[in-house]
Amino acid sequence: MSAPVPPTDEERRASGEPVAATTRRRWLGAAAAAGASGLALAPGVRLIESARAAAPQGAAGAGANPKVRWGLLIDTTKCASGCTDCVDACNAENGLDPRPTPTSAQWMRKVEIKEIKTGRKSSVPMLCQHCAEPPCVDVCPTGASFKRVDGIVLVDRHICIGCRYCMMACPYKARSFVHETLTEQKPDVPRGKGCVESCTLCVHRIDQGQTTTACQDACTRAGHGAIVFGDLNDPQSEIAQRVRQAASVQLRADLKIDPGVRYQGL
Amino acid sequence: MNDPAETRNFWLLVAFGGLVTLIGLGAAHYMEVHGHIVTGMTNQVVWGLPHVFAIFMIVAASGVLNVASIGSVFGQKAYKPRAPLSGLLCLALLAGGLMVLMLDLGRPERVIVAATYYNFKSVFAWNVFLYSGMGAIVAVYLWTMFERRLNAYSKPAGIAALVWRFVLTTGTGSIFGFLVARQAYQSALLAPLFIVLSFGWGLAVFLLTQSTMYAWNGRRLPEDVQRRMARLLGVFIAASLYLVAVYHLTNLYFARQGAFESFILLGRGGGTLYALLFWGGYVLVGSVLPMLLLFHPKAGRQGDMLRAAALVIAGAFAWLFVFIIGGQAFPLEIFPGHEVSSSFGDGAVEAYVPSWPEFLLGVGGVGAAFVLTTVGVRALDFMPQDDLPAAASAQESA
Repeated sequence: MSAPVPPTDEERRASGEPVAATTRRRWLGAAAAAGASGLALAPGVRLIESARAAAPQGAAGAGANPKVRWGLLIDTTKCASGCTDCVDACNAENGLDPRPTPTSAQWMRKVEIKEIKTGRKSSVPMLCQHCAEPPCVDVCPTGASFKRVDGIVLVDRHICIGCRYCMMACPYKARSFVHETLTEQKPDVPRGKGCVESCTLCVHRIDQGQTTTACQDACTRAGHGAIVFGDLNDPQSEIAQRVRQAASVQLRADLKIDPGVRYQGL
Repeated sequence: MNDPAETRNFWLLVAFGGLVTLIGLGAAHYMEVHGHIVTGMTNQVVWGLPHVFAIFMIVAASGVLNVASIGSVFGQKAYKPRAPLSGLLCLALLAGGLMVLMLDLGRPERVIVAATYYNFKSVFAWNVFLYSGMGAIVAVYLWTMFERRLNAYSKPAGIAALVWRFVLTTGTGSIFGFLVARQAYQSALLAPLFIVLSFGWGLAVFLLTQSTMYAWNGRRLPEDVQRRMARLLGVFIAASLYLVAVYHLTNLYFARQGAFESFILLGRGGGTLYALLFWGGYVLVGSVLPMLLLFHPKAGRQGDMLRAAALVIAGAFAWLFVFIIGGQAFPLEIFPGHEVSSSFGDGAVEAYVPSWPEFLLGVGGVGAAFVLTTVGVRALDFMPQDDLPAAASAQESA
């Protein structure tokens, strides 16, 4: 009987498993199973993987689920111009500087648009579109930009060299470069000067079993309900039903990179 | 051979180049400690002046090898004795360019990561191999030229270097050519355009270096060699101008590219600087004036050729600034047909102003190339010899 073939680093990472810290993950997984919740995560630890290992489903050994395609549906007809609750929530959730400057990280932003021919105005929350064929992943020389099997596009801060080629490649201006030393980081969201980053679809929440993103929660709290997060592959999910019933579009659909974020009302 | 005055001058040159390099390294250190906040770069213009310097040097490194190829691959006698100098300049420029590129990384200390983790779908990752391969092949090529027993292998090594540098510059052009997102890039023309640009830029650098060496030795370039090289430079400038024109013409034909072209070529919508640099810097100073200096019946002297070479290099920087910075400053078109605004500069032209550390890092790379060339010329025999019977016989008798 042949021994089972261990997964490659690439396979581990895409499925949300740690690459260099398999043993540590097992240990963490066991600790989590033993009820040792509230694991203190020091900055610099492989956050995403560790968070997954510490999560309830991590104990069962499940990584990112390849059957899932996480995505967002944003209804611009419900999005209020001037409201930045989603952006503020994103900044607070991820420990980003709330004062927008050309050099600050803006994982989420509100874009005010007006159709030149008709004068029709819309307010559009913009963020990483979590493409199925992400150009940022294609161009990254070290493989730091990667897509998990559940469709979430992330940056591995351990091997990002800060070349910014992904920022050149992204059609949505979704990525930010950390231009200066950071302070007061969130333990769940380690970041670092000299690396590129973008919206993680609140992967730390997802991997802990939560079912909403910070922006969605804020939008719901504000009474707009313009943002729906969910599994596009699950026919029963709200997002799948909504995109089936009402017309929605992907931005720059001409590029055929199949974003996981869809917009209604554009 | 090494009289005291010459030795002193050599050390002065090394000290000067070393100081410039050190200042560049200091600037890089300053950028690393404080982050890119001390540069003019932003989340819109993510590649700034260091990339202009680095890409100039890397493209010129490929082009400067042309002289060697014409000599040892295509058998042109006037170029053959110039092949070693051409190889040395290639290595020096490549090293200088890569130094700037690496020190401009957000995490320059992770350069080892770039050498150990590869995503083979990335043009950047291909370039890591193309650059290191280029260095290795040219080193072997130089060896076959200097080591008499290996002279027979000089031609195959030269052919390998010729092929490799075509691939290398294709790779450099493709860094931009494969970017689907930005209006300025995403064109298959960029690979051949970069190759043709490399010919002119490389030859210009070669001519300036060669004449400095000749002047240093109190000699003049033979008239016929000078005429040939001047004519070749003129042809390269014309070919570059042609491909640049075709690149813009194809863009102008596509309605969706109209706004970008009027930004770059006419300066509309905040592109005045780029239009000025394009027409004044690249077209006039970098192409038309050099061609006049090279082809006008009343011009064509050695001084004219050198002035033309210097202008070509100035034009190269102007073109690269327009291409790299202008291409990023123009806003991404995420919502075609819409007026757009946001806190992140959507719909707005980015006003990029390079900072001193960026400039000094770029100049530091040039300094490093200068030091490598100076030391190489001193340590090994890179002075073109065949057209210098006096020098050759003097050496034989020594």
